[in-house]
Order: sequence, then C-alpha cells, then structure tokens
Amino acid sequence: MVAKKLNLKDKYRALTRDLDWDYDYADRKKAFPYEEFEGIKITDWSKWEDPFRLTMDAYWKYQAEKEKKLYAIFDAFSQNNGHLNVSDARYVNAIKVFLTGVSPLEYQAFQGYAHVGRQFGGAGARVACQMQSIDELRHVQTQIHAMSHYNKFFDGFQDWTHMHDRVWYLSVPKSFFDDARSAGPFEFLIAISFSFEYVLTNLLFVPFMSGAAHNGDMATCTFGFSAQSDEARHMTLGLEIIKFLLEQHEDNVPIVQKWIDKWFWRGTRLLAIVAMMMDYMLPNKVMSWKEAWEVYFEDAGGALFKDLARYGIRMPKFVETTAKEKEHISHQAWWIFYTHGHAAGFHTSIPSAEEMDWLSEKYPDTFDKYYRPRWELAKEMEDRGERFYTNGLPQLCTTCQIPMGFTEMDDPTQIAYRSSDFEGEKYHFCSDGCKHIFDEEPEKYVQSWLPVHQIYQGNCGGADVETVLREYYKMNLGEDNMDFKGSPDEKRWNEWKSKGVA
Amino acid sequence: MTIEIKTATLQPIRNTFANIERRFGDKPASRYQEATYDLQGETNFHYRPLWQPQYELNDKSRTQIKMEDWYDLKDPRQFYYGTYVQQRAKHQEATETNYSFFDKRGLTEHLPEEVKSHLITYLIPLRHVEHTANLNNMYGCAFGYGTAITQALLYNAMDRLGNAQYLSRIGLLLDGNSSESLATAKQEWLKNPAWQGMRALCEEMTTVEDWFEVFIAQDLVVDTLVFNLFYEQLDQKLAVMGGRDVALLTEFMQVWNKDSSRWLDSVLKTVASESEDNRALLEEWVQQWRVKTLAALRPVIAAMLDKGDALDIADALLEARLKKIGITR
Ligand SMILES: [Fe+2]
Ligand SMILES: [Fe+2]
Ligand SMILES: [Zn+2]
Repeated sequence: MVAKKLNLKDKYRALTRDLDWDYDYADRKKAFPYEEFEGIKITDWSKWEDPFRLTMDAYWKYQAEKEKKLYAIFDAFSQNNGHLNVSDARYVNAIKVFLTGVSPLEYQAFQGYAHVGRQFGGAGARVACQMQSIDELRHVQTQIHAMSHYNKFFDGFQDWTHMHDRVWYLSVPKSFFDDARSAGPFEFLIAISFSFEYVLTNLLFVPFMSGAAHNGDMATCTFGFSAQSDEARHMTLGLEIIKFLLEQHEDNVPIVQKWIDKWFWRGTRLLAIVAMMMDYMLPNKVMSWKEAWEVYFEDAGGALFKDLARYGIRMPKFVETTAKEKEHISHQAWWIFYTHGHAAGFHTSIPSAEEMDWLSEKYPDTFDKYYRPRWELAKEMEDRGERFYTNGLPQLCTTCQIPMGFTEMDDPTQIAYRSSDFEGEKYHFCSDGCKHIFDEEPEKYVQSWLPVHQIYQGNCGGADVETVLREYYKMNLGEDNMDFKGSPDEKRWNEWKSKGVA
Repeated sequence: MTIEIKTATLQPIRNTFANIERRFGDKPASRYQEATYDLQGETNFHYRPLWQPQYELNDKSRTQIKMEDWYDLKDPRQFYYGTYVQQRAKHQEATETNYSFFDKRGLTEHLPEEVKSHLITYLIPLRHVEHTANLNNMYGCAFGYGTAITQALLYNAMDRLGNAQYLSRIGLLLDGNSSESLATAKQEWLKNPAWQGMRALCEEMTTVEDWFEVFIAQDLVVDTLVFNLFYEQLDQKLAVMGGRDVALLTEFMQVWNKDSSRWLDSVLKTVASESEDNRALLEEWVQQWRVKTLAALRPVIAAMLDKGDALDIADALLEARLKKIGITR
C-alpha cells in the first residue's frame, strides 16, 4: 500500500512542532517555567494554528534575496551621496528620532521574541516567535546600516544607543518596551504582536516610510518596504495569539481584555512622537496625523474589534479619548519639544507660513483656534532674536513618561493632571489612561526610571541641565541640539546647495 | 538621479558612530561593527522582570562567567543578519541540489533495507537532539549578554532548526512524504531503551539555569561528540553497508559544523583566557557534562556502530579541542 502524502499543513507540523516531545525524565515545568503565573489557561497547545509556514531553507533563501537587493541600494546610496536628494535638511531630524527612538525597540523586540521563542511550551508558537526574533534583529541592523551614511553628514545620529538608555524623551519608547519585556510571555505577545504589530503598526511604519518616500530618502524608504514583508508575518502572529488565547479558555478573556486596554493606551502615547513627526517634521507632508489615525485605527481597528466581539472582547478603554486627541496631540507634543529644544538631540523649528496653512486646512476645528497663535507668538520672539526655550525641567507622567504637557481634551487650554497615592507617595499622570494603567499595577510603575527625577537626585552626572546633556547624554552641545535655524546641519546643507551639489 | 556629484567637495564630518569610535578609534568601521557593538541596553531599566525579579532585564549575573567586556566575544565569521542569511542561502542552494539529485535518481530505492532501517533508528531521531539545541541556543540568546554573543546564538538556534528540518526531510525521502518514518523514528526516540539516556540528557539540559553552562553542555560537549559519531563514524559505517549516497543528505550538517566550530572555538578561547576563574569554571562544566554525555551515548552508540572504540575516538577529539581552546591543559 502506498502511504498517503502529507499536505502542506501537516508537512510543516512534521518539520516544526513534531520535533518536540512529552518529557519523561525532567520536569517540563522547570524547562518552561513562565507559562502559568499570568493566570492564562492553555489547555491544548496542539490547537495552535501556525500563522505562516516557512521552513528554514526557504527563510534563508527569501531573506537573502531581500538583503542582496537592500544592500545594493545602500551601497549605491552612499556612493552617490544620496543624502543630498532629501527634500530639506530639516527632514533628517525625523530619522534621527527614528534611529534613537525606534531602532532600539527593534532590538528589544529581537530580545523579547527570543525570550518567548524559548519559553513557550508549544513548539508551533515558539518557532513563530523565533522567526520574528531574527526578523527584528534584521530590522535594527538594516536601520543602522541605512542611517550609517546619514551619520557621516549630519549631527545627532552618532550616539544613538548611548542616548536611548539615558535621554529624557527616549525613556518614553524605552519604558514602553521594558514594560512589555518585563511582563509575562502572554502579555508580551498581546502587547507587541497584537496591540502593536497588528493594531497600531501601520501608524508607525506607513508614516515613516511614506514620509521617507515623499522626502527623497531612498535609504529609509527601501529598508521600510523591505521590512514590510516581515511585518506581514508578524501581523499574522498577532492575530493567531489573540484567537488562540481566547479560544483556549473563557477565563482568558478578561485577562486579555485588560492587556488590550493597557497596551492600546500605552501604544497611543508612544505614537505621539509619530504624530508630531508627520505634522511638523516632514518638509513634504504625507497626510495629517488625524487622517492617519482615522484610516489606520478608526476604520481598520473598528472592523477588527467588531470581529473580536464574538469572543467577548470590546474596544479598548479610553478609545473615546483618542477620538478627541487626534485633533490635538501632534501640536501639543511638538510644542513640548520646541520649548525644550535645547535639551533635544535633534533640531526643532517653527512651522513655516505654508505649513501653518496646511495645518489649518487639516485641523479646521483646532489649529487656528488653539495652536496658530502660539506659533505666531514664537515666530515673533524668534524674529526679535529671542527664540523661546523653557527654563527648568518638566514633570513627567509616571506611566508614559511624556512631560505633562497634554491638555484636558474637552478644554485644550487646561493641562491635564491626574494623580494616585501609593504607599505614602504621590504619583502624577498625563491622562486617565495612564492613571488607570498605574492603578492596575502600581508595584510595577513605582519602579519607573523617570529621567527628570533622576537628574534631581543627582544620578545623571550633574545638577545643571547643561552638564547632564554634555556629560551624561554625550550630546555635542550647539551641534545636536537647539533650533534648526543656525545649526551646523543647516549650514552644511546650504554650503552643499551653494556648491550646486544638493 | 539629477544631481551632479562632486564627491570631493563632500567631506564626511565623522567616520562612524561615536560608540564605535570610542572602541576602535576615529576611522571607517565595518558593517559588522556598526551592527554589533553596544546595541543592547546597558542601564536604567525601568522595571524588573515579573518572571525573574532577582535580575534586571539585561543582566550580566545570569551566568557565573565574568567578562570585563562581553563584546570581546566577537564572531570571526563577522555574521550580522545580512551576511548570515546570505551565507546560509548559498549553502542551502547546494543542499537543495543534493536532495533533488537524490530524489530524481531514485537513490532511495537503491538503499539496502538495512541502511534505511539504520537511518530511521539512529539518524532521524537526531532531529530531536537538534530541536534541543535550538532551545538551548535560544536560551543563551535570550539570557546572554551583549549582541556579539547573543546574535551568534540566535543564528546557531535557527541553524539547529534547519538541521532538524533537513534530518526530517531525509525521513520524508525514505517514506515518500508520508512521514511514517518520522513517526517511527520518534517512537525510537521515545521508547527504544538505547536512546533513553540521550533523551534524558536533552530534557535535563533544558532545565539548567546558567545560560553559559547550557551553551557549554550543548554546543561544546554534546555537539563535538554527536557530530563526530553521527556524521563521521556513522557515515563510514553507512558506506560499508551500501549507503554511501546518504552523505549527500548530511553534507549540510557537516559543512555547518565546521563553520560553527570556528566561531565556537574563538569565543571560548576568549572566555577561557579572560581569567583563571573562567577557565576553571569551563573545565568544571565540561567535565560534568562530558561524563553525563558519554554515559548517555554509550547504549545508542553500541547499537549503532559495531566498533568498541567509537566513543573513545569521539572523546579524544573533544579532549584535543579542549586543549586547543585552552580549557584543559
Ligand atoms: Fe520590526
Ligand atoms: Fe515586527
Ligand atoms: Zn502618560
């Protein structure tokens, strides 16, 4: 009798999860110790549906083809001084934020997926996570290689990894990923695979990659598109983990919902940086943050949550607040950076007259009313030679670590303050969302390494801001920081232009 | 491109990133350097892991091995993701040619039954050992310190999944894609008394806490012995039995082992020469796992190779390697 041939699905199983076996000699719980403490109930790992079927030989082959093309473009980019083709030197600040703020998260994703790629008891889930781990390593390394050329011609890229561990605003992305990695393995997947990669990733990647495309940045654009095909795989993992957990046991539903609430809010706060990048940092605009939020969250996310309703999952908490915030968040975030531009590792600037008109058009209900007057005042001061910088250090939200500069969404003239008491101490928050996250896990968030507190406590190498920036952050003062106007970046750019090379 | 390039007028303001410059001086850096050094977060972690509150997220004390600078453990192959996948892609292309040659020529049918059953009983079950190696290298990747070693451990882990998949495909060639041979081989792994020592050893390795000890047990001790016994000594025996062609199917693993050994020897040499404490600890681990592994292998090797000195040959190879690395004197 001729034996039946395997179909593709069974073949993949034979080549992955069938490699594992039930232990008889050692305690399997000791080998996979972190599966139970979060309260998640897994009754049957064999119900895991492989989100994609890629054996290693195929993986090497496809990825090598992608790398070959990508590095050919990087090589051409640097040989031809591709940086001269960007729309304006101001644009480059957007990718400084990317390298210092986002690339280290790709690194943490590599670490986080390596951890769960070892710790899950189900081999199918492990292999999917391992592949994501190596993809994320790819992302950070290709980003470094894409930026390597920019680093040779612009300030602010040079100490990205040192800065990420220390600089005040970079604690926003760092704490986001530290939070996910320090959580249990299932929360990590809901946080990163589902809430971030599946629900919010388009709001990070599309803006940066289209921003790069619209602003003549071939290097960033190419790695972005090349990473897209990896992201497609990552998104299927995000969808599988949520379905798997919800189908495994009904007791998982409230736990998963709690995580979705938390990570949705944490994600929206992280994306404030993207919001200001889109609306203020791109000389050639792509779309407004508000439009991006509507397309990529409200429309796409709305459909997704409708689909998940059959499991008893509802829209994330505080989603109504985000519907109001989309009108304000980019303006408020950029104002925070503009006023603290002396302490930022990239250049800030006032939007030009045309840019302000674009903002008026995109934000008809809010820009002229609340934000234009502010920028016009800033412009007047700048024209008088009194470019405005805030003295002193801002108070930070204990949860998201963004300076307390966001307002009440029903009264954009009023800064929002929330607080909670825990073990005799008072903790401050920027929003109901951040307060709620703290209140659910105060023991975790009291540990936050808040950069401003740390400076005051003398843990950052000095008491005055300048010493901290120079010694502790290793910023090159007068080069990396301050306004774009008058910066060495601007000066060099103008020289290249006057010589007719740019 | 519309611009006219006058490269001479464009002087770079720096050669490389500041962290690379601090390490190697102000000169152009390699892609390996820029994609490796100081990538991992060093300080100011926000929260302790809920799953290991005794450690920071990235913590040197997850092993007893001590290094002044963990980035000394550089990869002589200079693998970063791009060079790694391109190297393996070349290698898999050659392997693909071998497998399709084997298939097209119908070489399976020419294999004596005795060889087939030998493969199913002794070679195919190795895919479970490779799976263990995948777990153990992932463990070091997740708990290790510094990108120099952790990225190499990830590449190794993925390679081991690849090895396990190639071994599985040998099974699928033998059974005409029904996976019957894989099921039989798994039963051998689970039930055959000759394999139980190795299975227990594999299970035990995945419960060891110190990631560097796991790394030594798996990549140095177990792999040195297993690769010699299963890909060299078994290969010779198969040739005698009329199964010379099987070598086409295991070439990937043999070439891989050479490549990986170059990296392993270099890394361990650096660790052993860092301090006498490190060297002594490595030796202690090696001796413990060597005794255990030899005992675990004894029954399966006795059944697989009818050569009384097979284990001694493999062990002598391990001994020579330890001397070369500088773990034993
Ligand atoms: Fe990524
Ligand atoms: Fe991703
Ligand atoms: Zn907050």
